[in-house]
Order: sequence, then C-alpha cells, then structure tokens
Amino acid sequence: MAVDRDMSVLIVDDYKTMLRILRNLLKQLGFNNVDEAVDGGSALQVLRSGASYGLVISDWNMEPMNGLQLLKEVRSDPKLRSMPFIMVTAESKSENVIAAKQAGVSNYIVKPFNAATLKAKMASVLGEF
Amino acid sequence: MPGEEIDPELARRLRALHQEGGGFVRIEQIAGVIGELLERIREEHSRQEVFLYRELGGLSEYIKAIKAEIAALRPYEIQNHYLQVASDELDAIVDATEAATHAILGAAEEIEDIAGRLDDMEAVRLTEIATRVYEACTFQDITGQRIGKVVRALKVIEERVMTLVAAFGPGVEERAERGEASAGAAELLNGPQLGGDASRQDEIDALFSGNG
Repeated sequence: MAVDRDMSVLIVDDYKTMLRILRNLLKQLGFNNVDEAVDGGSALQVLRSGASYGLVISDWNMEPMNGLQLLKEVRSDPKLRSMPFIMVTAESKSENVIAAKQAGVSNYIVKPFNAATLKAKMASVLGEF
Repeated sequence: MPGEEIDPELARRLRALHQEGGGFVRIEQIAGVIGELLERIREEHSRQEVFLYRELGGLSEYIKAIKAEIAALRPYEIQNHYLQVASDELDAIVDATEAATHAILGAAEEIEDIAGRLDDMEAVRLTEIATRVYEACTFQDITGQRIGKVVRALKVIEERVMTLVAAFGPGVEERAERGEASAGAAELLNGPQLGGDASRQDEIDALFSGNG
C-alpha cells in the first residue's frame, strides 16, 4: 500500500533547531503537513484533541514529560495505541533502546542522524515511499 | 552478692586479713581495703579519661584544620562566582550556537527555494547541499544536551560544597565570607562577555569618539 504523503506528522522536540531540521527533511521527503510540539505533555494534548496523525516523531529528553512517557501514554490510549511512533534521540544506550522497544516504539533513530536514516526508518514503519 | 564472683584482689586482701587476725577481721580493716581499691579504680579511670581527653583534643584540632582548609577554598566564592559564571557561560554557548544554527538553516532553506526555480539537475544538486546542511546542523541539539549535562553536574558540585560548609558550621561560613578574591583571578580578563555585561561595538566606538 502506498504511503499517503498528505498525512499529518507530529514532531516533538524541545530544541527549535531540531524541529526546524525535521520539518525541512520531512518536506524534502514529500511530507508537508507537519505539526510541532515542544514536550510530551503538549504533544499528548494535540494527539488527544482529535486531530488525526499518521506518524509521531519524538525526542526522548524533554521536560516535564519526556518522549518515553509520551510513548507509554500513547500506547495505553485505546484511540492512539496503533499510531506509528519513531523515537529520535541522543540516548543510544542499549537499555534505553530496550526500554523504548518494550514500551512499543515503532523505530528508533540515534542523533545525530542523516536524511537517509530518517527515510529508511520511516519506510520501515509506514512502508516504502 | 551470692553467686557473683568477688574481685580477686579484694579476695586476696580479705584472706590475708583473715589469716593475720586469726580468723577475725575488723570492720576498719575491711573499710581500709575497700578504700584502697576505690583509689586504685579512680586512678585507673583517670588514666583512661586523660587518654580520651587527648584523643578528643586531637580530633578537635583536626576538625579545626579541616574547617580552615574549607574556608581557604572560599566555598561562597565558588558558589556565587565561579560556578555561576561557568553556568552562565555555558548557557551563552547554547544560545549562540542556536542563533548561528538558525541562521545557517535559514540560508539552507533559501537554497532550497532557489532550487525549486531551477532545472532538475541543478535543483537536485542544490537540494542535496541543503540536506547536508540540515544534517550537519543536528550538532546543535547534541551540544545543547551535552552542555545541559555539564550545567547539571555543576549544580551537583555546588550543592555538595554547600552541604560540606553547612556540616562544618558557621565558623567556615564567616571566614569564607570574609575572604577576598584571589589576586591571580582578578588580574585575568574575562572575555568574551555575556549579553548583559557586554558592550556593543557601536557603544565602544562612541566611547572612543567622545560621544559616550
């Protein structure tokens, strides 16, 4: 099934530069409907507001709610639990990756990353595009 | 007391008195023996107390020396000056790199805009260049997080220093507050200045031209 590039993507990061970089890279990949949130709490609010998102790309280290907590909230919400969720983080320790995997993360990108990695991980979650 | 062992020395003395008195011991003789024993016990205790007193005296001197050393470290200067300056400088690094990164990203976005108006080959090439710029700019996020860790480590050091000061009492605090900044540090320049402390070039130029 072809990936719908018109779908909305929610990117979550407390660094404005990272949000800007992700938005630009997603635009290059053909995803123009991109919304932003600066921490897990505000992301959860957006997700629960009823807006439909085809993918969440989230950082881990954020306050007050971090990316792992956001992921757990998403996976425990019946309306959101099947939402594709990619973690993009500098946390590269294996125990962190395992914790995210156990919490149900769809894929995991370690910072710094390149556009090819982002595309490959998105394709593994959404299907080739 | 029945069943309890009698002091061997007391037993020996009582036996001797018993023999000397032909089976009789006068109450004054018993009182004399007990008096001697009590004196011996007092002397024994006194020696132990002197030893303990000397030990405590040594310990007290040791604590005083440590307090003096902590005061010499100028913990309040560390807290209020060095740690604060270090933290502010690191925050300034994050702000400066963030601003620079946004400027670079802005330039890369303009390159992409131009690419959209060019023919395919040139557009692809320019878009690739913009992508490389975006990828390189992820450094800002990483450095920001690393600097954040250093700032948190400085906070922990500050807390530990202050805990140590509190543990050794007001003497350390008073001496620390009386301390003067070291001459060596005062002689150093501290540039580049942080935003609040800095003068802009035009302000400096105004000073030189006599308008300031």
